[in-house]
Amino acid sequence: MMGLETFGWLILLCPLAGAVIVGLGFRVWPGKLAGVIGTAAIALSFAASIGALVALLDQPAEERQVVAVAWDYAKTAGVDAQLSILLDPLSIFMCLVVTGVSTLIHLYSISYMASDRGYSRFFAYLNFFVFSMLLLVLAGNFLLLIVGWAFVGAASYLLISFWFRRDTATRAGIKAFVINVVGDVGLVIGTYFIFKGTGTLDFLKTFEGVEEAFARNDGDLVAGCIGLLVGAFAKSAQVPLHTWLPDAMEGPTPVSALIHAATMVTAGVYLIARMHPLFEQAPAAADVGAIVGCATLLIAGTIAVVVTDLKRVIAYSTMSQIGYMIMAVSSAAYAAGLFHLMTHAFFKALLFMAAGSVIAAMAGNQNLDQMGGFRRAMPFTFACMVIGGLALSGFPGLSGFFSKDEILALVAERGGWHVILAVLGFVGSLLTAVYTFRMIFRAFEGRLVEPARELMRGQLYHAPEHTNPATGEVEDTEVGFPGADHHIAEREGTMKVAMGALAVLSVVGGLLQIPHVTDVLHSFLAPTFESSRYYEELEPSTGATLIGLLTGAALSIGGIAIAYVLWVRDPKRPAALRERLSGAHRVFSNKWYFDEIIERLVVRPFAWFGRFARNTFERLVISGLFMGGATTTVRAGSSAVRAAQTGFLRYYAALVLLGLTGLGAYFLVAGS
Amino acid sequence: MSMTWYLAVSAVVFCIGMAGVLTRRNPLAILLCLELMLNASNLSLVAFARTHGNQDGQIFALIVMVVAACEVAIGLGLIVALYRRRLPIDVDELRELQG
Repeated sequence: MMGLETFGWLILLCPLAGAVIVGLGFRVWPGKLAGVIGTAAIALSFAASIGALVALLDQPAEERQVVAVAWDYAKTAGVDAQLSILLDPLSIFMCLVVTGVSTLIHLYSISYMASDRGYSRFFAYLNFFVFSMLLLVLAGNFLLLIVGWAFVGAASYLLISFWFRRDTATRAGIKAFVINVVGDVGLVIGTYFIFKGTGTLDFLKTFEGVEEAFARNDGDLVAGCIGLLVGAFAKSAQVPLHTWLPDAMEGPTPVSALIHAATMVTAGVYLIARMHPLFEQAPAAADVGAIVGCATLLIAGTIAVVVTDLKRVIAYSTMSQIGYMIMAVSSAAYAAGLFHLMTHAFFKALLFMAAGSVIAAMAGNQNLDQMGGFRRAMPFTFACMVIGGLALSGFPGLSGFFSKDEILALVAERGGWHVILAVLGFVGSLLTAVYTFRMIFRAFEGRLVEPARELMRGQLYHAPEHTNPATGEVEDTEVGFPGADHHIAEREGTMKVAMGALAVLSVVGGLLQIPHVTDVLHSFLAPTFESSRYYEELEPSTGATLIGLLTGAALSIGGIAIAYVLWVRDPKRPAALRERLSGAHRVFSNKWYFDEIIERLVVRPFAWFGRFARNTFERLVISGLFMGGATTTVRAGSSAVRAAQTGFLRYYAALVLLGLTGLGAYFLVAGS
Repeated sequence: MSMTWYLAVSAVVFCIGMAGVLTRRNPLAILLCLELMLNASNLSLVAFARTHGNQDGQIFALIVMVVAACEVAIGLGLIVALYRRRLPIDVDELRELQG
C-alpha cells in the first residue's frame, strides 16, 4: 500500500513524464500515439489523485494536512526554501478537479486535433500545462507556488499562440503572457511583504504565525494580500486585468476548455482559499477581492450578452463565473466558492467542447451571426450544449443551481454591504441565463445555414477559403490551419465519451452539496479551513436558503424565457432593442472600453518611456558618455604608444642599448 | 699581465660591434657585428675566469657560443628568405611593423 506522500509525488510526476516523452519523441510518434500517451499520463495522474484521496481519508481528521519534503534548496537562517508539497483536502480536491477534467479534455483532443500538423506538440504543451497547474495547487510553500504560477503562465502562452503563423494568435499569446507576468510580480511582492512579517516561506508555518506577526488589518499584511490579489486577478481574469482572456480564445478549442474555463483561471480562486488565514487577518484586502469579483461578474455578463463570437461568449461567461468564485472566497464562503469552481469546471468544459464541435462543423468559423439551425444536424452536440447551458444558468436541480445559490446565500449571510453584492450576484445570474440561451438559440435554432444543411446530407462543410475567424483574412494553410478534416462530436467516439461524461457530471455534480441535505464537500474541506473564523459559523437559515434557491430558480427560468422570446419567437425584437438602447449596446460591445483605457493609461506611457530611453537616454548617456568616453580614452592612449613604433631596427637597438646602459649605470652608482 | 688589457680589448671590440649594429643597413653586416659583440663579451668572461681561477666563466663562454650559433642559423635563414622573396636586403626598407 502506497502512502499519501508517494501518491502526491506521483500526481506531479505523471504529467511531467508525459510532457517529456511526447515532447522528445515528437517526430517519431505515429498517428494518434502522442495523444494516447498524453491522455494516459493525465489519467494516471487522476488515478494517483484518487489514491491520495483514499489515503487522506484514512487519516484522522486532525492529521489531514501533510507536508512532503523532497529536498531543501536552501536552509539558512531566515530562509527555508524547500521542494515541498502540501497534501490537504483543498489541494487533493483541486488535483481531482484538474486531473479529472484534464483527462476528459485530452480524450476529446485525441480526435479533435487529429488532423492538425502540430499534434505531438499540442499534447506536449497540454501535459506541461497540467504539470504546472498541479505544481501550483500542490506547492507547500510560496517559492514553489511562484514557480508553478509562472509555469502556468508560460504554458498558457505556448498554447494560446499554438497556431503561431496566425498573427492574431501570437498577439493574444503575448498579451496573456504580459498580463500574467504583471500578476507574477504582484504575487512575488505580496510574498515579500508576508515573508517580512512571518519569516517563513512554508504555508502551514505562515498560517500559524500570521496572527502573531501581524495585527488585524496591519498595513504590511494588507499590502501583501493586495499583492496576492493582483496575482489572482491576473490569472483569474478579473477586472481590470481580464482583457487577455477573451483574446486567448485564439487558441484551439480544447485549450479554451482546459485552460480558460476549467483549470488555469481558477488558480486565483484557489490562491485566495489557500491564503484564507491571511485574508481573514486582513479583511480590508478581502473586501477588495469581493468587490472586484462582483464588478467582474456584472461587467463580463453584460459583455457576454452582446458578443457575437461563439467562443468569446463562453469566455466572458467564464470571467463572470470566476467573479462569483472570487467574490465567494473573498467573503469567506470558501466551500461554496470551491464547489462552484468544481461544477463550473464540468459545465464550462462541456460548453467549450460543444462549441468546438459546432466550430468544426462551421469549418473554423466562430461567428454567431452566421450560425443557425444546428439542432437537427447535431443532436448530440445540441443536447450537451443545452445541459451545459442549463447548468450554467442555474436551472433547478442541475449542478450550477446549487453551487451558485450557495455562494449568494453565504455572501448575503455575511450581512452589511455584502448583501448588496449578493443582490448584484442575483442580477448577474439573470444575465447568465440570458446570454447562455442567446448563444444556444442563435447557434442551434433559426434559419438553416449551409454547414448545417451539408451535415444533414451526411457531408462535412468545407469553407472555400481558409480564413482567420477573428479577422476574416485569408490565411495560408501551412501552420495555424485546423486541418483539412474537421472533427465533430457526432462522428468521433472519444469526443462523445468526453462530452457525455462531462454532461453527466454537470447534472449530478450538484448533489454533493445540497443545502441542508448533503454536506460532502463542506465536511471534506473542513480540515483545511479549521482555523477559519467563518467556516463553520456562516450557515444561512433554512428560510433564507429557501428564498435564495427559489429566487435563483425564478431568475434562471426567467432569463431563459427572455432569451426565448427575444431570439426564437420574435427575432426582430433584438435589433429594435439595440436601437433603443444604443448607448448601452455601444459600451457593452466595446467591452466597456477596457482595452482602450489600458492602452491610454499603461501601454502608451510605457511605449513613450521606452522610446525616450532608446532615443535620448541610450544615445546620449550610454552611447555618448560611457561608451564614447571609454573609446576616446583608449584611442588617445594607444596613438601615443604607437608613435614609439617607428619600424627602424637601429632605433630599437639604440633604445635597448640606452636602457641597458642606464640600468648598468644605476647599479654601479647604487652599488658604490 | 694584468686584467686591464684583456678588458680594454674586449671593450674596444664590443664598441666596434655596437657601432656596426647601429650604423650598418645590410642585415648580413649587422649579424657579423653582433657576433663581434658576443665574442667581446666572451673574451672578458674567459679573462675573468682565468683571473679568479674557476671554470664558470669558461662554461658561460661556451653557452654564449651555442647561442651565437643558433642566432646565426636563424639570422642567415631570414636573410636567405628575404633574398628569395626578392625583398630589399636593407633593414631600413623593411619597416612594415611601424605603428
